Amino acid sequence: MNVMAEVKVIKTAAETALAHAFAQVRAHLPGGAAIAEERAAAFDVFAREGLPHRRIEDWKYTDLRALMREAKPLASPPDAGAKARAKSAGALVGDVEARRLVFIDGAFVPELSDVAALEQGLAITSLAAALSGDDAGLIAHLGKLAPISDVAVALNTAFMGDGAAIRVGVGATIERPLHLVFTASGKPAASFVRSLLAVEPGARVMLVESHDGPAGSDYQVNGALELFVGDRAHVDHVKIVGEGANALHVSTLAAAIGAKARFNTFTFTIGGAVVRNQLFLKFDGEDTVANIRGATLLKGRQHVDTTLIVNHNARGCQSREVFKSVLDDEAHGVFQGRIVVKQGAQQTDAKMMTRALLLSETAEADNKPELEIFADDVQCGHGATAGALDQELKFYLMARGIPAAEAEALLIQAFLGEAVEGIEHAGLREALMDQVAAWLKARGKDK
Amino acid sequence: MALLEIKNLHVEIDGKEILKGLDLTVNAGEVHAIMGPNGSGKSTLAYVLAGKDGYEPTSGEVRFNGKNIFDMAPDERAAAGLFLAFQYPLEIPGVATMTFLRTALNAQRKKRGEAELSTPDFLKKVREVAKKLGIDQEMLRRAVNVGFSGGEKKRNEILQMALLEPRLAVLDETDSGLDIDALRIVADGVNRLRGPERSSVVITHYQRLLKYIVPDVVHVLSKGRIVKTGGKDLALELEARGYAEYQTEEAAA
Repeated sequence: MNVMAEVKVIKTAAETALAHAFAQVRAHLPGGAAIAEERAAAFDVFAREGLPHRRIEDWKYTDLRALMREAKPLASPPDAGAKARAKSAGALVGDVEARRLVFIDGAFVPELSDVAALEQGLAITSLAAALSGDDAGLIAHLGKLAPISDVAVALNTAFMGDGAAIRVGVGATIERPLHLVFTASGKPAASFVRSLLAVEPGARVMLVESHDGPAGSDYQVNGALELFVGDRAHVDHVKIVGEGANALHVSTLAAAIGAKARFNTFTFTIGGAVVRNQLFLKFDGEDTVANIRGATLLKGRQHVDTTLIVNHNARGCQSREVFKSVLDDEAHGVFQGRIVVKQGAQQTDAKMMTRALLLSETAEADNKPELEIFADDVQCGHGATAGALDQELKFYLMARGIPAAEAEALLIQAFLGEAVEGIEHAGLREALMDQVAAWLKARGKDK
Repeated sequence: MALLEIKNLHVEIDGKEILKGLDLTVNAGEVHAIMGPNGSGKSTLAYVLAGKDGYEPTSGEVRFNGKNIFDMAPDERAAAGLFLAFQYPLEIPGVATMTFLRTALNAQRKKRGEAELSTPDFLKKVREVAKKLGIDQEMLRRAVNVGFSGGEKKRNEILQMALLEPRLAVLDETDSGLDIDALRIVADGVNRLRGPERSSVVITHYQRLLKYIVPDVVHVLSKGRIVKTGGKDLALELEARGYAEYQTEEAAA
């Protein structure tokens, strides 16, 4: 196969560094010949397209070419110090009791993870182990949902080193939530994590992923999770992005949901310098109900982009999309949401709402909701608002003796509460509202 | 001793003078009624006292318990014991009534250097107050004023007043739109607060609330000034004769 002719000149330092890195490591990355071919094909997409920039419509508000000045070297395996520090990682979920699977700079750390006494029907392995063993069943799933036409996914596919590979068997109910703890050691490095979760028909599970790292360090994360939700399965997914203040985090959730399933996903973003949360979801079976929500709290010069594409491919599915963001200082929040209803997907009921609360004159919110409907018997709608705190409400609270900062905090908590309330797990709901409260307290001190 | 002293207060809203040299003194332990036609400046006075943005004086002074209130933010005025029952109480979606009440009460206590109430003590206190006023506990379980009827919102104002125990309660047309039962709850709330240290200013268009809250002093506010002051009989006089003479008097002036 000769693709050289299509390769255009690579321009930026980051693009050049990625090309060098791939040439160097491709032979050492896990997986057999089939995987190596997939990596090469994915890298070709990147080589052709380069880093996405503002003239690419889907990346209009997040010019990765400009924002990603350099590509960090691939992370090396964690040392003892990093492992010791990782014991306190994942604190973002509070005291929620969960089965922890710990990844440092993208690499699975078995000795910090809890893979003992797995419940009936639950199988857990690391992606690296599965790839090295050339698990045919797994390879069949890999790359089925995450589209390499998206350059972020292409890079993830080319470089994917490790991640979680989890299967929940037919009809199994896993009571204890699974918690993927992704933490950064603080080295200026890049990690490419790919995880798979296959939830077979009738099974039930909750997956939490948390992403954190030291505040002062400059690292890059490119993550992807491919999630298969079988017919009649019930999956709750919560992703918490609390990366360090200088981190670049780009990650993709790609999910296919079967018939008569329940699917709830929540994305909570509070940390990171530049964050792009991509959600590519498709409803492939009838009569499924899904809640797709998110909350974002930003300050300083943080830039967070949530890009959501929901494909209603089957009839009778209901989806609710609610995304809220609170933006202070010079923060920039982006929400791009597209709901696509295919021709055959009659009786689709999809409603998308996005609201931004601007706490300063210099914060910016960009909302781009879109509906593409090719069926004629559907109920679809979207709404978007952006505005400041209601001064009348603030005065009412103050007139009862509540100081200005506390009055604002109450109103902000109430604003985000509408989205967070959708999380079914009470402990996690509380943990996130605690994060909100801590954020507001820090804000009060800064002002 | 004067709890509230307003001297020659002038207030402009959007460049238009609404209060034009208002004088008013309310002594501790007194209930005053301020009556007046629509547009006379009654609600403006209420907002100026509570400290709403955009309701600042162009001249004059207001002293509450000896202190200049224009040096105080709205929450500081509240903590000092000034309470405004809003004419149109606001709905606050997502803020639970109990959270709101506890935050308000404890913020005030903290500012006054008193210990914050523990959750059980607070709950006990709210339940007691609600029971005394005949307010349904169900109201306490909802978000602040969300889905409340007009009457329920006014009752919630009175509940807040009873809980916060202000030194001076200003009721801005709290009686408007109330049925007789709700009117009694409002009156009961004000009467319960009566004492040698506490005062109320009841702003109203109609005399009917004053059947239940008998004022010590009645003022007529017209065109931004107190134009007449008298005893409780003045309210009955106004009820019988209307505000026409005050409007014409002012218009002629």
